[in-house]
Amino acid sequence: MAVAEFEIPTLTEYTVVPKINPGAMTKVKSFIAPQGPQEYLGYPWELGPDWKERAIDKMGDLLGKYRSLRVFMDACVHCGACTDKCHYFLGTADPNNMPVARQDLMRKVYRRYFTLPGKIVPWLVGAEDLTEDTLNEWYTYYHQCSECRRCSVYCPYGIDTAEVTMAGREILNHIGMGQKYSNEILVKVQKIGNNLGLPGPALEDTLLGLEEDIEADTGVAVKMPLDVEGAEIMLVTPSADFFSEPHVESLIGYAKVFHAAGVSWTLSSKASEAGNFGLFNGNYETMQKVAMRIRDAALELGCKRIIVGECGHAWRVAYSFWNTLTGIGYGGNDPFSKKLQDQLDHRYPQPMHICEYTWDLIQNDVLKFDKSLNDDRVITFHDSCNVARGSRMGTEPGGQFTIPRNIIKAVANNFQDMPAETIGEGTFCCGGGGGLLTDDLIEVRVKGALPRMNAYNSVVQGNQVNFLALICAICKAQFTKVFPYYGFDRGQVGGVHQLVSTAIKLD
Amino acid sequence: MTSLTVIFTGLLYVATIILIAGIAYRVYEYSRTPAPLVIPTTPAPTTNSGVVMRMAREVFLFESLFKSNKWIWLFGWLFHIGLALVLLRHIRYFQEPVWFWVEFLQPYGKYASFMMLVGLAGLWARRFLVDRVRYISTPSDHLMLALLIAIGMSGAMMTFVSHTDIVALKAFALGLVVFDLQPVPEDPLLLIHLGLVALLMIIFPVSKLLHAPGIFFSPTRNQKDDPRATRHIAPWATALERDKA
Repeated sequence: MAVAEFEIPTLTEYTVVPKINPGAMTKVKSFIAPQGPQEYLGYPWELGPDWKERAIDKMGDLLGKYRSLRVFMDACVHCGACTDKCHYFLGTADPNNMPVARQDLMRKVYRRYFTLPGKIVPWLVGAEDLTEDTLNEWYTYYHQCSECRRCSVYCPYGIDTAEVTMAGREILNHIGMGQKYSNEILVKVQKIGNNLGLPGPALEDTLLGLEEDIEADTGVAVKMPLDVEGAEIMLVTPSADFFSEPHVESLIGYAKVFHAAGVSWTLSSKASEAGNFGLFNGNYETMQKVAMRIRDAALELGCKRIIVGECGHAWRVAYSFWNTLTGIGYGGNDPFSKKLQDQLDHRYPQPMHICEYTWDLIQNDVLKFDKSLNDDRVITFHDSCNVARGSRMGTEPGGQFTIPRNIIKAVANNFQDMPAETIGEGTFCCGGGGGLLTDDLIEVRVKGALPRMNAYNSVVQGNQVNFLALICAICKAQFTKVFPYYGFDRGQVGGVHQLVSTAIKLD
Repeated sequence: MTSLTVIFTGLLYVATIILIAGIAYRVYEYSRTPAPLVIPTTPAPTTNSGVVMRMAREVFLFESLFKSNKWIWLFGWLFHIGLALVLLRHIRYFQEPVWFWVEFLQPYGKYASFMMLVGLAGLWARRFLVDRVRYISTPSDHLMLALLIAIGMSGAMMTFVSHTDIVALKAFALGLVVFDLQPVPEDPLLLIHLGLVALLMIIFPVSKLLHAPGIFFSPTRNQKDDPRATRHIAPWATALERDKA
């Protein structure tokens, strides 16, 4: 059992909605970004004398640029449907972690400065002046939201708290209150090429080492090519896949799949990161800059297909936003989009998820497996929030749920889903997404994982499950960290392509 | 022409103008604000007709609310369907002859006022009984429910308890439509009813009642899931792209 300075929730048969406990998480606060990253990203690093005007101006700017924020600020009726849906509320009982209350932290300021009733009768409509106390509440509670969108599934108007959190963080950044963790990563990915800050030579070295390991293990010379011009496929994957456990096991799995399919593929040192923390900050331009690295690498290497590895928010950005941000996709008729479209192979969707790719090969009988090699595992699958509610796989809505499960069932004999209300579109976040995967927020992460831990525990107890299969680098890192707090072995955490890797037959 | 008639005629005209102009302005604002990214809550429909179906299920059946909480769904749906029937029934006061389907709805519309009141009472009870909902309720949330209940009660009283002079009321209402002012019946219950309805119409465009037009503009519900096949880009974002090229 790991040592903690806070009370670790106890596992229960199913997750119980707690009685509210105001202020329970007020003191848990992520480190504020210092001058370095703030300056690099073009933000101030301390509140200036005019912070209030700049905050209100920025809010007005965002209200004019994002219909989501504009409509969501007005539409909420305080019905309460979302109040028991957030994993951070369920795990902490802090009422400010109820989605509606989290939104209201901003809505009360919106009402005060942008609506008529808020200007003339603020006390009646819950409108409040913007003060430094409000800023602190924003900073605290907009960093206790993983932008997982579970609340948006249940809101009768589709209000997505993620959009409000993103706007909140964007405003905070603009007045000098950025988050250290996310903003340092945004610097590393732009300066060095990936979130972990690993330079090209280190990457090359690692890949060579992995090739040796695979050959020693299987007797087959499976390659991990880097920066190969003219390769058919460019694989873009989270940088954790190169160095972290259990992530690297999935990277080995992708390489084996490409090897078995007999295709030419490559990684890119420039695009050595699929993740895009620009999403978490809600800054369009930053997100675009980070995404442009992928387009640039694709053009330089001349690849015909772009495939994305196991990463939740990266897949949301790739699937839903890359076409908009960078022209990776189809349907654009501007020179910018056409330049890349002309290069890509139109027989395939662009970008493609590694699970879509592997599942296509399985359906076409290209891959062979010995499923018994996974017989020591009883597997369950955690739907990652951004994949589940912010993207798709395959041609049909809901393919993001069926395709990864189909792969698991094709490579292993023992599969058991967790309770229905905790998976699919209602899936609980791992508790570490959205820029919260940092040690200064460990209390939030452990408590926020409670609903998922309860669901996992129910299949561990009831069905002897001993493996949690994932398709997200953040989920993998988060569960590896929080499993011991709940008495589970962190070796039970792994990737879907780790299972593929175990069972695939190579020749 | 009594001063009471002048006051109520003026009030109802002003309220109607504010309601229509206010909502039109909001709709204009919402429609002119771009949605720069594709953000439907998935799984989402991949076609326009699929989006229309999704929106219809949200608007008529409250699909997401049903997934969320059966009590809120039950009370919310009773209230809204009851209100819709009651409103449709009220069309009879503004036309002569009355459309056959309005005639047909008359008995249902009368009793729908009870559905409406039961729904409102249930929603209000939750604001006291459920600690989470109590925490998020503002004075305006309570007053809005009080206002709607007062409108429903005063209306139902006139239908079921103390009948107002319906012939005179219809003459007044028809007069409003054709700008031929007729005296307002001096029944206190009716005057309360009309006054509160006017108040509701006036606050509609600046209150949470904007959820009604708002839902149609909610990007998580009205966008289709096709971002790999179609390039979706907002005008302000196109400008960024040009700067970079």
